[in-house]
Amino acid sequence: MAKYYQPEIETMPYEDLRKLQNERFLKQVRHVWDNVPYYRQKMEAKGVTIDDIQSLDDLHKLPFLKKDDLRDAYPYGLMGKPKSECVRIHSTSGTTGKRVVAFYTQHDVDLWEDCCARAIVAAGGSEEDVLHVAYGYGLFTGGMGLHGGGHKVGCLTLPMSSGNTDRQLQFMEDLGSTILCCTPSYALYLAESIKERGLEDKIHLKAGIFGAEAWSEDMRRDIEQKLGIKAYDIFGLTEISGPGVAFECEAQHGMHINEDHFIAEIIDPDTGEVLPEGSKGELVFTSLTKEAFPLLRYRTRDICVLTREKCSCGRTFVKMAKPMGRSDDMLIIRGVNVFPSQIETVLIQQGYAANYQIIVDRVNNTDTFEILVEMNPDMFSDSLAKITSAEKELVSELKSMLGIAAKVKLVAPKSITRSEGKAVRVIDKRKI
Amino acid sequence: MNIHQISVFLENRTGQLAEITRLLADNNIDLRAISIAETADYGLVRMIVDDSHKASKILLEHGDILSMTPVWAVEVPDCPGGLAGVLAVLAEKHVDVEYMYSLFAHQEGKAYMVMRIHDEPKFLSTLGDLRIRIMSMEELGLK
Repeated sequence: MAKYYQPEIETMPYEDLRKLQNERFLKQVRHVWDNVPYYRQKMEAKGVTIDDIQSLDDLHKLPFLKKDDLRDAYPYGLMGKPKSECVRIHSTSGTTGKRVVAFYTQHDVDLWEDCCARAIVAAGGSEEDVLHVAYGYGLFTGGMGLHGGGHKVGCLTLPMSSGNTDRQLQFMEDLGSTILCCTPSYALYLAESIKERGLEDKIHLKAGIFGAEAWSEDMRRDIEQKLGIKAYDIFGLTEISGPGVAFECEAQHGMHINEDHFIAEIIDPDTGEVLPEGSKGELVFTSLTKEAFPLLRYRTRDICVLTREKCSCGRTFVKMAKPMGRSDDMLIIRGVNVFPSQIETVLIQQGYAANYQIIVDRVNNTDTFEILVEMNPDMFSDSLAKITSAEKELVSELKSMLGIAAKVKLVAPKSITRSEGKAVRVIDKRKI
Repeated sequence: MNIHQISVFLENRTGQLAEITRLLADNNIDLRAISIAETADYGLVRMIVDDSHKASKILLEHGDILSMTPVWAVEVPDCPGGLAGVLAVLAEKHVDVEYMYSLFAHQEGKAYMVMRIHDEPKFLSTLGDLRIRIMSMEELGLK
């Protein structure tokens, strides 16, 4: 079984990779300068012209793009190719009210699918596998990205899309799905459904590729144990292409960024200054090869760390740690920064399901902070005293993790919606 | 010797108990005793039913979270002070009753209490000394 999808690129010596990036970078800046007036104006406003960009070392001179730019330029303002040359549109869910559309030429789709194929092969996939794609299909990039990657690898690809759990399990059983692609919360939901229906012996999954949602190491262990698989993380964003911008290898210790297509930087989110390797900061991407939607220095709002160490898998691409949270996801409650992933970690450590919902409101000028937690069979007892003492322990662990007190409310199992794509983790009712 | 109790988690939501009892009724399951414990935000219902295995299967399929617990059905005199007498002896011997409720059924002069006990050996020897009867599943027509 092949270990890499494109070995010559994935294991390229760093000096060669840097050379390739430099070449592609200069070509890409020229392409943007010539074809994307919106960005050219941003450059000019910053006093930078195409002549100032002589090599990759000049990357820091370019202006940033933010989500607001994408909204201002909506829909066609950042397009780099005429509509006649574009073949596909994808869009973000728009849950924050900022819908973003991205365009692809056939060349862009091809390279994106290569990135997904690399992730599938890194998860042990080959033409022998049945790839069960339970990410949503449609405007969301998850379904079609992994689907295209599956074709490239030669997997027998099952375009399940999300939802309809009974049908998911039926196909998984009848067709012998071996690799599951979906959000981690849906993977857990499927695992529980398999257990409930007593199908453990009839499901033959060996690996899973999970992303599009924040998830913790504890949740990974939980999924791996419940489904009897190895669970791999995948990272991506519609603005840059979709899933496959970075992917995890067998080492399961950080995700390799596909650096032949994307340059990653870590910046100080307040000053915009580029931080040295190993620093924690905001992740910024420059796409080197995208034609239709060529974003330069796009600020992701993901807070993470990059490390370039020799990886046991042999890949030379830089690795990004699991984002510690998106500044979008981060809540400020009574002045304290709260990341949902911290809550998830505590819940799993205390024996509860990682399915929860945070409700924040403001009453009499004070923030209220409530977490709905699903009761599960392991935590249930005939004794109210036992349930309440476990609940008290959970409340105190949450307080020590978050630094502020939350009110926990135990709710019925499966009462928090999660089967359709991304789980709604936060309901912020504050009107500020 | 003990009997099976089913406890079900109740979210604080109107109609949840109605839903559970309707589900049992539709499956022809007879409730023999029921008791509710609650906090401000959630609660649990404890039940003795005529067929605990069938009932638990149905409730699990319905998506409820439940636990099966061994409890004891104790015969007490159905007269003023009947229960007080039994509890006084248990207290004297330091046998803790965690919770207790009554079965609907009673016979001439006899009533039945469902008790959850931690120190079961001490509980059994205390009742044995006093010749207080513990009812079996068969005697109560439970399976």
